[in-house]
Amino acid sequence: MTATAPLRQLFAGLRVLLALTLVLGLAYPLAITGVAQIAAPGNANGSRVSTVANANGPGSEGGAGRVVGSDLVGQPFDGPQWFHPRPSAAGEDGYDTLASGASNLGPNNPDLAAAVQERLTTYRAENGLSAGQRVPADAVTAGASGLDPDISVENARLQSARVARARSLAPAAVAKAVNDATKGRTLGILGEPRVNVLRLNLALDRLRR
Amino acid sequence: MSATLAAVLQAALLALCVGLLARPIGTYLARVFTSERHLAIERVIYRVGGIDPAADQRWTAYLASLVGFSAASIMVLFAFLQLQGSLPLSLGFGAMPTDQALNTAISFTTNTNWQSYAGESALGHLVQMAGLAVQNFVSAAVGIAVAIAVIRGFTRSHTDRLGNFWVDLVRGSIRVLLPIAAIGAVVLVFGGVLQNLAGPHDVTTLSGATQSQLGGPVASQEAIKELGTNGGGFFNANSAHPYENPNPFTNFAELLLILLIPFALVSAFGTLVGDRKQARTVTLVMATLLGLMIVVTTVSEFAHPGIAAQLAGGAMEGKEARFGVGSSTLFASVTTGTSTGAVNAAHDSLSPLAGGAVLLNMALGEIAPGGTGSGLYGMLVLAMVAVFIAGLMVGRTPEYLGKKLGPAQIKLVALYILVTPTIVLLGTAVALAFEGPRGSILNAGPHGLTEVLYAFTSAGNNNGSAFGGLSANTPFYNLALGAAMLLGRFLPIAIVLALAGSLGRQGPTPATAGTLPTNTTLFAGLLLGVVLIVAGLTYLPALALGPLAEGVR
Repeated sequence: MTATAPLRQLFAGLRVLLALTLVLGLAYPLAITGVAQIAAPGNANGSRVSTVANANGPGSEGGAGRVVGSDLVGQPFDGPQWFHPRPSAAGEDGYDTLASGASNLGPNNPDLAAAVQERLTTYRAENGLSAGQRVPADAVTAGASGLDPDISVENARLQSARVARARSLAPAAVAKAVNDATKGRTLGILGEPRVNVLRLNLALDRLRR
Repeated sequence: MSATLAAVLQAALLALCVGLLARPIGTYLARVFTSERHLAIERVIYRVGGIDPAADQRWTAYLASLVGFSAASIMVLFAFLQLQGSLPLSLGFGAMPTDQALNTAISFTTNTNWQSYAGESALGHLVQMAGLAVQNFVSAAVGIAVAIAVIRGFTRSHTDRLGNFWVDLVRGSIRVLLPIAAIGAVVLVFGGVLQNLAGPHDVTTLSGATQSQLGGPVASQEAIKELGTNGGGFFNANSAHPYENPNPFTNFAELLLILLIPFALVSAFGTLVGDRKQARTVTLVMATLLGLMIVVTTVSEFAHPGIAAQLAGGAMEGKEARFGVGSSTLFASVTTGTSTGAVNAAHDSLSPLAGGAVLLNMALGEIAPGGTGSGLYGMLVLAMVAVFIAGLMVGRTPEYLGKKLGPAQIKLVALYILVTPTIVLLGTAVALAFEGPRGSILNAGPHGLTEVLYAFTSAGNNNGSAFGGLSANTPFYNLALGAAMLLGRFLPIAIVLALAGSLGRQGPTPATAGTLPTNTTLFAGLLLGVVLIVAGLTYLPALALGPLAEGVR
């Protein structure tokens, strides 16, 4: 009797776990998937963004637009004509969605200090800033996910002149695009004001067309 | 509005929302665990399990069922991780290495959700849904069950019975966690969180690079991950990942989900012991501690000390632009004050004082307000320490909630207090004594010591967050942290159940003029002092070598 009691509990545990798995591990996530796909398919499928406006609207899949990624996930942009995202620690070259993550470097790490110094120099040179000019912190630090889709408003404004010049656009047009791509704090108090880099670059591409 | 003011108002709004919801959910919890009725689906589960739901168990039988269920959970999850290559929706991923699979199976079963793997590069959708997320539910329900059994130890008299583990487990899962998680998941989907069964596929980005677009049942997992204070991310970046936590609204919703059950359980405790003021006192201590941690982390991060952070002009390394400092430090405090361990910022990149604060938050035993169930029973044990110390001062036998705390009970209480620090400090010492485990450290100096201390504190207290720079996917860390999680979960549970059993056998002791009232603000102050002194001082030497040494240099 005493020898079989623990085994009996184990087998009861296995059977209860199996029953609960059917409810919690299959019925629950599949039901939520069903509801999500019906009620908010755009969100549920990753907030995809296409080269034509209204990417998540009906008919966008078969239209002339090309899906270029997700509204939520940052992607690499290099070259003067693009607004640049934040530095990224995801994968070797950054913005690798199969390797999300942070640098995990501490605030006193000399390697991080050296990287920040190098990014400061590059950022100031690229955007024609003077040597001592303040650079927003988000421009010289890597985010937590390595897929940060946003930059700070100040960061976007400091890049505007360079982008306008490279695209031969009026500074006012670029400034307007930055404003349009800016989101404030939710309810005025949650999170931080920010600019979605992909949205902003897409808007500039559409301006040219 | 300044970022600081926004941070203050966000914390205040969160407190308001939790305050409004904790009471009704607490009342519901009290009803669920005292109801005589079984739902149809519950009866089916009892029949499948061959369980008599009417059986009232002694603490030993309650514990045996709990251990049996948890052992079955570890075995099933381990097998799942080993076999995923031959299962549907595997996305082409094969078996997880043995030591890592064992670590992961223990981690999710113990409500820790320490992850030495990266979800997007190791796991298919089926193992996430039917393996890991099931444990997100049931490990949380196990914690709630223990808390309820401990409350029964106080409310019952002259009996050695604490209730039925299986009934408590199933009701916690089906009646409490499932409906709230379903609502939470739908809210998260509307907030922008991913929810599909697609695999990754390549897209060409706007500037012509190639990037993989991910799929997965993320919202359903995210909701229970927070609600069950589990914290295991669908993706490596956890709640910093834009698909898990796309904006400040979802971030707020996740914070609310984390705090809901721990505070509601305290309210249920007040209802069940028939003295709501007892719940008020416990809530006051929990909220004060959490508030303290939020203030320390937020002030420190806004000040951004450290060579690199000063150079950058802000503590944005390891933080997302949409969250900034305020929403990140709030999340860091909440996730370590509970046993959640989900992160929306890299804790390894926190300033020394903030990193030390979240470390201490876990080291206090996660009672601010703690994990689902474990927070409440952890705090009740500390309350017993407080009445014991007060009793020593006046030379009376201590009493708590009408039960005498004699030598037998105090020995169990003392054992409970000692178990976790022993696991944490011993584990850290062993890891630091050998070259191999030391080689996993990323940041040099005191910060590196903090990485190892953080790992064992997180595992021993079943938190699951990490100073992520530590390369923890080695056989040593997978096994050592696995052992820490296992012991840190089940030894305290065994001790509190034994304690509850011994309290239930007693008759009630009527309060007299000499009884220390435990439902007052004065007692809350005493309890807060006990928490900080008894639990906090244990870790002071270790903290001095890690975050404090880094902070003062």
